[in-house]
Order: sequence, then C-alpha cells, then structure tokens
Amino acid sequence: MDLIAVHISHRFGALEVLDDVSFTVGSGEVVAIVGPSGCGKSTLLSILGGLLQPSEGLAELRGTPPPDSRNPLTFVFQDFALLPWCTVEENVEFPLLHTGLGVPERRAVVDDALRRTSLSDFRRTYPKQLSGGMRQRVGIARALAVRPAILLMDEPLSALDSQTRELLMEDFIRLLADGSMGAVYVTHNLEEAVRLADRIVVLSRRPGRVREVVTILLTRGERGDIDARGKLLALHGDLWSLIREEAIDAEREVQHA
Amino acid sequence: MLERPNDPADAPQADGDIAPAPVKFRGAGFTPRAGRYSGWIALVLVIGLWQLAGSAGWVNPLFLPAPSAIADAIYKLALSGALWHHLSYSIMRIGTGWILGTIAGVIVGFAIGLSSLARGVGITFISALFPIPKIALLPLLILWLGIGEEPKIATIALGVFFSTAISVYSGVDAVPRNLIRMAQSFNVPFHAIVRRVIWPGALPSILAGFRITASVALLLVVSAEMIGAEFGIGAFVLQAGNLMQTDQLLAGVVILSLFGLGVGRLINLLETRLLHWR
Repeated sequence: MDLIAVHISHRFGALEVLDDVSFTVGSGEVVAIVGPSGCGKSTLLSILGGLLQPSEGLAELRGTPPPDSRNPLTFVFQDFALLPWCTVEENVEFPLLHTGLGVPERRAVVDDALRRTSLSDFRRTYPKQLSGGMRQRVGIARALAVRPAILLMDEPLSALDSQTRELLMEDFIRLLADGSMGAVYVTHNLEEAVRLADRIVVLSRRPGRVREVVTILLTRGERGDIDARGKLLALHGDLWSLIREEAIDAEREVQHA
Repeated sequence: MLERPNDPADAPQADGDIAPAPVKFRGAGFTPRAGRYSGWIALVLVIGLWQLAGSAGWVNPLFLPAPSAIADAIYKLALSGALWHHLSYSIMRIGTGWILGTIAGVIVGFAIGLSSLARGVGITFISALFPIPKIALLPLLILWLGIGEEPKIATIALGVFFSTAISVYSGVDAVPRNLIRMAQSFNVPFHAIVRRVIWPGALPSILAGFRITASVALLLVVSAEMIGAEFGIGAFVLQAGNLMQTDQLLAGVVILSLFGLGVGRLINLLETRLLHWR
C-alpha cells in the first residue's frame, strides 16, 4: 500500500505553511521528513494522516491494505497521547474497542502488541507511573495493535532523553526490519533520519517545499557496520549543509515573530 | 582513565586566607503542608475557649450560648424527632433540586462543549443569567408554580444548573485536544470519543463543580426555607431566631455545617474512586 502526497499546499489564515509538496511512500518504505523549524513537517503529517484538510492538493492511498489491518494509517505521537485514566493494556486495547473484534481476539492482539514492545509486565500500570520512554512504548504498542500499513511518526523521540531515544530507535529498527510496515518519520534530528529512513525528504523553510529527496542505498542492517559509518557521517554532513542556512533564517524568524 | 580527587581534602585549595564556607541552604519554604492533627487541635482549642467563656459567664448565653448548651439542644431536638422532621424536608428539597439542576447542567454543559451552535447561544444566556442571585427569583417562581415545594426546588435547581453547566463545558474544553485527535486517528466514532475520552477527561472539573453546587444548594435551601416554609432547617433556624432561642438557632447552624461536611466527604469519596488515576 502506497501513500502519496499530491501537490499539497496549506495555509493557516494568511500564513502559508506548505507549498506544492509531492512525494510517495512506497509499501514497506520508511520516509523521513526533515527541514528547519516551522517548515510544516508536522502539518504535512497531519494532512497525510487525515487529521487536517489541506488548502490544496490531497493525500492519497493506493493499493489494498494488509488483510488484517484495522487502521492502515496509524499515528505515533510526539506527546504519546495516552489516556491517563486507562492502564497500559486499556490504552493498547482502546483503538480495538470499535473494530468489531470479540473480547478473546482483542486480548490476543493486545498481548501480542505488549509482548513485541516488552510491556507485558506493565499491563496494569497507569501512564503516570511510567517513564517517558515506556509511555512512548505504549504509544507504539497501541499503533501495532491495529496492524498499520504505514506508521505516521511525529517526532516520536523528541520528548525523550538521549539514552531512551537510543533504545527506542533500536526498537523502531527492529519493528520495521521485515518491511511489512512502512513509515513516515517526521524529525528535526538528522541522525535519526539517517539511521532509520530509506529516503529522506528535505523541506525548505516556510512555506515548506520539497527541496531534495535523498535515497539511502544502505540497508538499515548495514548501517550498523563500522565501514558504513563514514558514509552515513558524510550523508549527515550533506543534509546539514542543505538545511543549515535555512535553519538559521528560520530561527531568526521565530525570534522576531 | 579519568583522574579525580576522592577526598575533599585533595580538592584544589581556595585562594590564600579565605576560609571555606558551606553553601547556604536557600531552598526552604513555599511548600505548605497541613499537619495531620493541627486542624483538630485548633478546633478543640477554640471550642474549649468558647466553653470556658460561657461557663465563666464572660459572655451572655443569650448572645453566644456555650458549646455544651448547643450540644444539649441538638440532643433534645434529636430525641423529640424534630431534628429528623426538619432535616428530612431540607434533604428532600436539596436532593430533588440538585439532581434536576445537575442533569440539566450536564446536558447543557456538554452541548456547549461539543456544538458550535449550542456554544454560541448557551454561553450568551449563561453569562447573562448566571450572576442573578437565584433567591431573588423565588417570588416569581411562587407565582408561576404556586405555594408548595416546587418553587423552592426550582430555585435550588436553577442555582445548581448554572454552576454545573459552566463546570461541565469548562471541563470539556480542558480535555487535551491531542487525545481527541488520537481517538479520531483510530476512527473511533463520535459517541465513543465522548464516552471514553471527553467524559473521563472532563470529570475532574465536573466533580469540582459538584463541590460548588452542593454548597450553592445548601445556601439556597436555607434561604428559600427562611422565606416560605414551615419545616426545614432554614425555617427552624428562623423560628429559633424569632423566639430568641439562640441555642436552638446555633444547633441548626451546626447541623447545616455537619451536613455540608458530610456532602464534602461524599464528594471526596467520589473523587478517590473515580479519579484514582490522577
């Protein structure tokens, strides 16, 4: 199943945020979206996931979703968006309550999602009792429970400390390894983009336009090799040189706003 | 390996003659905590002083009866059955008025919280009518509903309605939008979002509103009973005042206070049970 951004433009009142953005996320592909602050990355993700109507253009799905998918486009949120009055397992079960699944099936799906995210021992815990990293794991387990075709991840690691980010990045790499699930990964962190993505869409400063699409030819498995480190570092440098000037301009713009 | 001094004595010495001084603690205060027994001790002390003033004849018992005289009046009222008689009327009026006002307030509050049309119309009306002291409407309500229980109950229901509606729509507004967007992103239907996201999210504000409306109901029942009732705690307090039976008057006041405390405890229990996740 492919997700296609077709000439998407968006404005909030007089503020033009996105301008004619087009790209495709192929089946099982991980596409990172990077760009300077305020370039419309999160707005673009909301449009792709159907949470925001674009001023122009559209987000399109092509192909059939996997047969057991209950929500082909599924978000993983930056702030986790967990229901504080529900336990871990109730949070994971929440999107399944209206899918027509019976209680035993729901329980099996929840058990599987909790096991895949190493949360089985925390099923009766409330979100406030968990660390930020564990809360994001719950968010990931909830997303996995509906068997998405494409995960829409909006800076999922930005609210976490660096050690937790590293651990969760390993989880993402593991979960996306078999190619059964694609992802759109919005981030301002170039290192995360380089480690996880098959392609990186670089947006310009506001209004965000596609400035460049970079394909990473190494598999995610190969990126862990010492030999690959130099190439990735060079890629990181190239991306940063693409963004740097505009990031400085964008920061000044924010300060003057 | 990194080298670092293990012993403070090994640390680099300060300049010449300046002796080392411990860093002064500056982080005290601004964290008030009620002591477990301090409130009760203060209460006992005040009552003790009050009793002493009465027993020693420092104050005229007509103006301020001693706590023992008030306790005696309550005991006699309970024994005669008058206490339950008055109390049952007040509870019936409060209960009925509070339930009616709360049901209407919750419905209107949710409508304002969820619908643009209801918000446009409802907030204007509530802003205009909320500040009116509801007891001022009692004569009008008597004209409309006749002399009986209805106008008193309606006065209480009106008072409860506005505060409830405001606390409910404020609670709905306070539900984090990201939780609603999350539910929408999973295609959760509207009614389920209201039931599973908005209702529990608004509950803290709704229960805080209950605490306020319980006090409003108590205030209005006493006022309404003082204006036009034969029975009820308000009527009893007024009669006792007219007859200069200040021990009975204060007995009524103590009963009202205990009633308010009881309702407060009940709401505490509800909060503990329903908001345990906080």
